[in-house]
Amino acid sequence: MNITLRIWRQPGPGRPGHMVTHRVDDISPDMSFLEVLDVLNQRLTAAGEDPVAFDSDCREGICGMCGLVINGIAHGPQASVTTCQLHMRSFADGDVIDVEPWRAGPFPVLKDLVVDRSALDRIIQAGGYISIPTGSAPEAHSILVPKDDAEDAFDAATCIGCGACVAACPNGSAALFLGAKITHLGLLPQGQPERDSRALAMIARHDAEGFGGCSQIGECTAVCPKDIQLEVISRCHRDVVTALFHHGEQQEGPPEDQTGGNLASGPAGD
Amino acid sequence: MAVTGLIMVLFLLVHMYGNLKLFYGQAEFDDYAYHLRTMGQPYLPYSGGLWIIRVVLLVSVLTHIASAFTLWARSRRATGGRGGGRYQSTRARRGVQRSYSSFTMRWGGVTIALFVVYHLLHLTTDTIHPGGVSSSAYVRTVNGFEIWWVVLSYTVALIAIGFHLRHGFWAALASLGANTSRRRRRHLNALAVAVAVVITVGFLVPPYTVLFGGITA
Repeated sequence: MNITLRIWRQPGPGRPGHMVTHRVDDISPDMSFLEVLDVLNQRLTAAGEDPVAFDSDCREGICGMCGLVINGIAHGPQASVTTCQLHMRSFADGDVIDVEPWRAGPFPVLKDLVVDRSALDRIIQAGGYISIPTGSAPEAHSILVPKDDAEDAFDAATCIGCGACVAACPNGSAALFLGAKITHLGLLPQGQPERDSRALAMIARHDAEGFGGCSQIGECTAVCPKDIQLEVISRCHRDVVTALFHHGEQQEGPPEDQTGGNLASGPAGD
Repeated sequence: MAVTGLIMVLFLLVHMYGNLKLFYGQAEFDDYAYHLRTMGQPYLPYSGGLWIIRVVLLVSVLTHIASAFTLWARSRRATGGRGGGRYQSTRARRGVQRSYSSFTMRWGGVTIALFVVYHLLHLTTDTIHPGGVSSSAYVRTVNGFEIWWVVLSYTVALIAIGFHLRHGFWAALASLGANTSRRRRRHLNALAVAVAVVITVGFLVPPYTVLFGGITA
C-alpha cells in the first residue's frame, strides 16, 4: 500500500517546527507503524536527508517508550494498543496520516517526534516506591492480599508510563498515570506504611511539574494502551483526602518536595 | 470545585421544588416565599435562615469560580492555551469519547453566572421587571413568564445548566472518590444525566405553563 505521512519536524528543543509531507510507497499492511517510519528513515538517509527522530524500544507494547499522536489520537485509531502494535491494516491504501509528538507543557519536544517525559519519572521518584529490606524473595504466603485487591492493584500496575493520558487530556493532566501508581501501591499491604506520604508527595510533584488538573473527561482512559480505568483517579483522590485528614494538623501547605532530595543530599564529593 | 458544585445542586433541587408550588396558586406560593424568611424563627431573626443560605451559596459560587479559574490557568499552562485542540491534525478535535457537556463547562459556566445576575435582578431584588412591578412574588413570576423573550432567556440558561450538571455532577462525585469501578462509572454518569434532566425539566415546566396560559395572575 502507498500512504502519505504528514510528520511534525522540529530540529531541536524550543525551535520552531512544522508539518512536513513524506510519501511512503510499497509498504505491507502487516507492517507496524514504527516499521513504516523505519522504511521512511532508510529512504531519507539514502537520499541524504535528516531521518525522522522517534522513540521506540521493545516494540512489543510493554515498555512505554513509543508514543505518537496519529491523526490527533494518542497511539492512533486502534484502542488498547501502543504505537508499535498499531499495524498498517488499520489504515487504507492512499491515506494521508498526521503524525505528531505528545504535546504538553511538561513534555518539551526534543526533536521531531521525541519528547522529554522525565517529568513522569520525577513523579515516581517523589513517592512511587515502597521501602522494604532487600534480600531473598519473601515467602509469598507470608503477606495475605485479598484477591480483588490483588487484581485491581495488578490492573493499575500494568501502566507502562507512556504518557498517552497526558497527550490526550484536554487539560494536560497526568492524573491517570498518577492514579495508576497510587492505586497500585496503595491497595497492597506492602504499600501501607507510606500510603499517606506517597499520595501527598506524588500529587504535589505532579502539580509542580506543570501538569493540568483532572476534570474527569475520560480521554486518557480511552487512549490508554493498557486500559487503565478512570477509577484509579478516584482512588488517588481518596488517598489524598485521607492523607490530608491524617496530616491536617501537623502539615501546613504541600508536603516537602522529595524529588531527588535523597540523591542530591547524599554525601558530596565522596 | 466538587463540594461547592454539589452544594449548589442541592440548592437547585430545593429551588425547583419551591417553583413547582406555582401550580398551587397565588396564596400558597406567596406564603411559601414569606415562610422562607421566617425559617428558623424564633431561634433566628426574620430572614436570618434565608441569609445563612444566601451566604453559604455566595461563598460556594465564589469558591467555585475561583477553582474554575485555577483549573483553567493550569490547563492553559499545560497545553499552551489550546486544550484539546493543541494538535495540528484536525481529525480528532472532538476527542475519542468525550461528551458535549465536557466541552461546554467553562463557557456554560460563564453563561450561567450571567444568567444568575439577571435572574436575581428580575425576581429577587425586583430591579428589572419585565411584566410589571408587584409586591407578590407570584404575580411577578407569572407576569414575567407571560413574555416570550423572558421564557426564552430562561430556557437558554436552563439548557446551559443541564449540560453543566451532566458533566459537573459526575465529575464532582468522581473527584470526591465515588468512581470505584467501571460499573460505578456507568451508574454515576446515568445519575448525572438524571439530575440534569430533572433540574432542567423541573425548572422549565412552570414558565412554559405560564406562557401557554396554564397559570394566570
